[in-house]
Amino acid sequence: MTDSIYTENLCKNYGSVKAIDNLNLSVPDGEIFGFLGPNGAGKTTTIRVLTTLTHPTSGHVSVGGYNVKYESDAVKKVIGVVQQHLSLDRDLTVRENMEFHARIQHLNSFKRKQRIAELLEYVELTEYADKMVDTLSGGMKKKAAIVCSLIHEPKLLFLDEPTVGLDAQARRRLWDFVRRLNKDGTTIFLTTHYIEEAEVLCDRVGIMHHGQLINVDTPANLREKVGSIVVETLVGNKETHYQFFVNRDAANHYVKGLPSDVKTVIIRESNLEDVFIEQTGEKVGDQ
Amino acid sequence: MMNIFSDIYSVFWLDLRNMQRHWKATIATSLVLPLLYLVAFGYGLGRGIDVDGFSYLAFVIPGIVALTAFSTSFNGASSKLQVDKMFYKSFDELLMSPVSSYAIIIGKALIGVVRGGISAIAIYLAGLALAPTLLVNTQVTLLFLLLMLLSCFVFALFGVMVALLISSHHGMSNFSTLVILPMTFLCGTFFSLNQLPSIAKVVLYFLPLTHSANLLRSTMLCLPFPWLSFAGLLIFGAIFFAGCLFALKKSSV
Repeated sequence: MTDSIYTENLCKNYGSVKAIDNLNLSVPDGEIFGFLGPNGAGKTTTIRVLTTLTHPTSGHVSVGGYNVKYESDAVKKVIGVVQQHLSLDRDLTVRENMEFHARIQHLNSFKRKQRIAELLEYVELTEYADKMVDTLSGGMKKKAAIVCSLIHEPKLLFLDEPTVGLDAQARRRLWDFVRRLNKDGTTIFLTTHYIEEAEVLCDRVGIMHHGQLINVDTPANLREKVGSIVVETLVGNKETHYQFFVNRDAANHYVKGLPSDVKTVIIRESNLEDVFIEQTGEKVGDQ
Repeated sequence: MMNIFSDIYSVFWLDLRNMQRHWKATIATSLVLPLLYLVAFGYGLGRGIDVDGFSYLAFVIPGIVALTAFSTSFNGASSKLQVDKMFYKSFDELLMSPVSSYAIIIGKALIGVVRGGISAIAIYLAGLALAPTLLVNTQVTLLFLLLMLLSCFVFALFGVMVALLISSHHGMSNFSTLVILPMTFLCGTFFSLNQLPSIAKVVLYFLPLTHSANLLRSTMLCLPFPWLSFAGLLIFGAIFFAGCLFALKKSSV
């Protein structure tokens, strides 16, 4: 198995601000990889570098086996990108947006028609194909943006905060769609600040904090590293303390020994938010 | 080589679809101001006035055609690009595609040429309706139309460059007030540059609309061809194209 994405000592500075600080990462073909971190952690900057939109300050970056600095045209042919903000032309229909993407990806007339019909059916948007983008629901708009990025059959799809602004139902439908895409052979690289999204969707998760990748592993392994059971205690209505344990027995034993002024105690399984808090001292949504 | 032409068309295609959807409003709004200028300055205030040996109406019509080509091409290319870049973020889609920078620049400029060309031709026809003697012969008309389209292309490149370099609505509004508006009135569109002091004349030759107005007026009034203005317009085109390339490069730093 080869790497879809490989970075070595990748840095991106904006003046004195280190947006990406020495990033070393490899994402093998076929994986759903998630970047988890709060706003400003460097997730979108990383996507911009990987998708050739921004030049790295230093370090080596290859995407789809091509160097992003010297072979950017080859990189552009193997990637699809769905930006955080809806980047469709809202004065056009879904079909026209797809047609535009097919044209700039050099698909000939026959192939364009074929791919548009295939993809519309794939995402069940055929009956909305000739509707103006602005008349669609949030989930449909997102799907339309994704199919535009898939028009040239990219091997690797970047999704920047794919479910921001979607309701819970639309979010889950989109997760199913992303899983289906991955099962059909597309490597997925996504950024998110939703804990649940990273946990249920990603094969591996990288935790970003202040431009640094502080940990990478499967969600289960990341939880295990800090302790699979967590005890939350609220002392004097002020501050929540988190204590991690390898199993529930150890957690129960700890709770029995707590002083009487501890008012609230919650014992639960740990999640990626706990991993983030344990490793950075901050919540994902703090910044 | 074929790829660059098909890429240019692909970039242009998107803006063309947009324009087709809103063509009536697009053309109508771009004609209001030049038609008002034509009636107010040419037919109203200018009656009975002679400039450089011609009636004011004959003098001002090519100036207003140049002005229309300038404002409509500039706005046509810059406004949609700015919306795509700042609000829809759809311009990034182009940057992430295998389309070359040259194709992006020319493709984005072409919508300005189409919009500017349609509006300028409409004003030209309105001008001919007011002063039919200005229609000399087919060669002059063809040369006039070619120079008008060249002007539209240069001004559209100017619009693309400005939209790429300025990244806020506020900045664009300031640019329009401080640069575009003074150019509209000062570049020999409504009065002869011969009436100005030499120093002012020299300064105005550093603005592209001056050359466009000079070229169109000289052609329409069958005056000697102003090669200096022709070269000036081409140089401005080259500068704006280089500016667009610089802005695209800067956007990915």
